Amino acid sequence: MSKYQVDANGFYGEFGGAFIPEMLYPNIEELRQEYRQILSSESFQQEYQQLLRDYVGRPTPLYFASRLSEHYGARIYLKREDLCHTGAHKVNNTVGQILLARHLGKSRIIAETGAGQHGVATATVCALMGMPCIVYMGEVDIARQAPNVARMKMLGAEVRPARSGSRTLKDATNEAIRDWINNPEDTHYIIGSVVGPHPYPDLVARLQAIISEEIKEQLLAAEGTEDPDVLVACVGGGSNAAGTYYHYLDREHVEIIAAEAAGLGVDTGESAATSALGKMGIIHASKTLLMQTDDGQITEPYSISAGLDYPGVGPLHAHLFKSGRAKFVPVTDAEAMEAGQELARLEGIIPAIETAHGFAVLKKGHIAKDSLAVINLSGRGDKDLQTYMDYFKLSE
Amino acid sequence: MTMTDRLEKTLSKPGKLLSIYFTAGYPAVEDTVPIIKKLEEAGADMVEIGLPFSDPLADGPVIQESSTHALRNGMTTRKLFDQIRDIRQQVSLPLVIMGYFNPILQFGVEAFCAACAESGIDGLILPDLPLDVYERDYKEIMEAHGLSVIFLITPQTSDERIRQIDSASTSFIYMVSSASTTGVQSEFGKGRDAYFKRIADLDLKHPQLVGFGISDAASFQRATTYAKGAIIGSGFIRMLTEKGTGGIEAYIKGIL
Ligand SMILES: Cc1ncc(COP(=O)(O)O)c(C=O)c1O
Repeated sequence: MSKYQVDANGFYGEFGGAFIPEMLYPNIEELRQEYRQILSSESFQQEYQQLLRDYVGRPTPLYFASRLSEHYGARIYLKREDLCHTGAHKVNNTVGQILLARHLGKSRIIAETGAGQHGVATATVCALMGMPCIVYMGEVDIARQAPNVARMKMLGAEVRPARSGSRTLKDATNEAIRDWINNPEDTHYIIGSVVGPHPYPDLVARLQAIISEEIKEQLLAAEGTEDPDVLVACVGGGSNAAGTYYHYLDREHVEIIAAEAAGLGVDTGESAATSALGKMGIIHASKTLLMQTDDGQITEPYSISAGLDYPGVGPLHAHLFKSGRAKFVPVTDAEAMEAGQELARLEGIIPAIETAHGFAVLKKGHIAKDSLAVINLSGRGDKDLQTYMDYFKLSE
Repeated sequence: MTMTDRLEKTLSKPGKLLSIYFTAGYPAVEDTVPIIKKLEEAGADMVEIGLPFSDPLADGPVIQESSTHALRNGMTTRKLFDQIRDIRQQVSLPLVIMGYFNPILQFGVEAFCAACAESGIDGLILPDLPLDVYERDYKEIMEAHGLSVIFLITPQTSDERIRQIDSASTSFIYMVSSASTTGVQSEFGKGRDAYFKRIADLDLKHPQLVGFGISDAASFQRATTYAKGAIIGSGFIRMLTEKGTGGIEAYIKGIL
């Protein structure tokens, strides 16, 4: 078995597991026992594939970015997850999980969200299936991602503000977990990234693996090889990255780069660069790298990007970091914003600020000349327009 | 089998047991020891000392807020052990530490257990340390330090798992009264009675103490109809917030 796959106890190397309170045991155990079987069943696959094609709009293009390539002297392809319905990769996961919830006989859906993309993607599939949807979102994020809050409401979801802690993604996740404890019978929790207790990291990685499955085929058609020299994705919890890397993890000759949010800078105290600042611990029921005090209190991260503003990272990524399989590159707010503007001007694509962190590795010199690179364009920047406007003074 | 004489003696007392949870370092950082002493004087049978954590997943707003305050007050695991170093010269009731696992992991599990043993702690309630991980990785260390680990069961826990938890237990079982985080005030209605009775009928080896949502004499009596005792947490903390440590005696007497 691959050394990058989850083991029977739910661990990637020393990371992962399910450190759940007993109240969640029946739900997590049911999920653990059933998810692989349901995911590989014919009825699930038929519906999932059909929805991905007709509703999400897959396969998404693998686009050769000629001006960006010329600018950096490499051959750069962009995997266009921004063209998915709802504007980001998040919907690959929610389509799969809503079908899973139905198979499990659940009738009520909860989710957490940071940037609001996962919340929108969850509200969308709930509307599609006629299921009630409650999305927890930190108060700070509600303010900085207003368009997505409005979209969720338009789709009929209830957005509940998380008011504890840093009032961002971590706290929204706490509230979603508490909701599940209080509603153990009818509710499925659609978690938005490769985080949380086993089997969620593996479940979400499998549902996002479609990204690298398509990259293999599309790159073969375009370049005559399935394997790029380097793959790049941004990492918040790590779901778009897990999907981008999934089918390449055992192909060690393919370099893997993970861009994480350094906020104002790794050493400023205002950062979310988990690989640089984190220590082994337990967050959201998973043993992984996380930012914490010496006393084991989880610290409040900072990033301009709500989707990367998380003090932990999925256990798969902690393992990829620790084993040296992936190279983690911290990217500051300023570097990300500049990279976002550069992509807009060179290719006519305004990326999400999360996504822009991935593009900043170009300017930082991590892509060798003449190499064949695939960057995952995880989402589009519509939701971030206000932040771009404020940052670049676009309304003046 | 691990259980201190203190725990054994308390659990075999006739009558119903009252255990009180409070968050160490709340309302004021130096309140930990005075609260424990007052609780014993007022007649509580056991005390659960809550180790504050930044992200208490299984707790409702009252305990969350007491945790946040305690941390803001400068409470730490190390400070708690400094405070309770001589506690055994002052009280004799069983003391249990309730804490999320991450602060313990950072302190070092072995060092934590040793410090507990030195202070005369009798048991641990670790809501996010699941039974299988405990048995695989930590049972040996915790038992070696004489600590009794207490597990939770809920209305959703299957009979089979309850029996498994019973056989892994060494002192008592923490019976969560309803599917909820702490502090949820709900009716002790018929469904609840059926759950209490179901557990009583399992005839488990270890006594059960009921917790979550108990706050006054009426809910205490209701909860202990079938169980050996009950645990009050959020209700006690709400009282501390309103009246301070001066309110402890009247509160406990009002329940017993
Ligand atoms: C466009 C986009 N990319 C990336 C992320 C980060 O999440 P993950 O690391 O799980 O892909 C988000 C999260 O909100 C997002 O909206």
